[in-house]
Amino acid sequence: MSLKVSLFGITRDIVGTSVIELPAPAPATVGELLAEMRKQYPALGELRSCAVAVNNEYASLDQPLHTVDEIALIPPVAGG
Amino acid sequence: MTPHLEITDQPINVAAALAAVQTDAAGAVNAFIGTVRNQSGGRPVRRLHYESYDSMALTQLGHVVAQAYEKWPMLQEVAVVHRKGTLALGDVAVVVAVATPHRAESFAACQFIIDTLKQVVTIWKREEYEDGTEWVAAHP
Repeated sequence: MSLKVSLFGITRDIVGTSVIELPAPAPATVGELLAEMRKQYPALGELRSCAVAVNNEYASLDQPLHTVDEIALIPPVAGG
Repeated sequence: MTPHLEITDQPINVAAALAAVQTDAAGAVNAFIGTVRNQSGGRPVRRLHYESYDSMALTQLGHVVAQAYEKWPMLQEVAVVHRKGTLALGDVAVVVAVATPHRAESFAACQFIIDTLKQVVTIWKREEYEDGTEWVAAHP
């Protein structure tokens, strides 16, 4: 199973692309995804926060991930 | 009572947002208008860039407004319009407009919506200074 992860704001700057594909065997949960991304891109660990969104909702660390999910890294938001 | 929620790369029409919440059931309309300021923490700002994850931003905005309707059942109409793209000093970045029967709830609901929007809606702001740019709030 592979995963596509969308990147916005500073996470896109850090990774250098707006979508990254993680080949199989991809992380099975949100927590594993964050750990893997931080391993590959240590600068992600320096952010004030980095959440993961699954299908447009904030996801908990133990949430499982599937190929069909719309997944995104969510760095600290700053609307308004 | 369907809220008017919008993320746009076009200049925000404040009058249209106010018109969107017009209802004869309301005796109060309250609006918050966020604009681009010329400095941030004492550092002169030349312009701003807003980036949005539109589908999630609209989903989360819908949750925020639903929470407002739960907290203030008398809330009538709500409009939230957020700009994205490049904004100049003085440009309108966001408008929140609410209509309620009486004024106290209109102030409270409007403040709740803009405060919660800032916490959960997936929009990012990059400030441009004389000597570089920075994603706001990204680092501790």
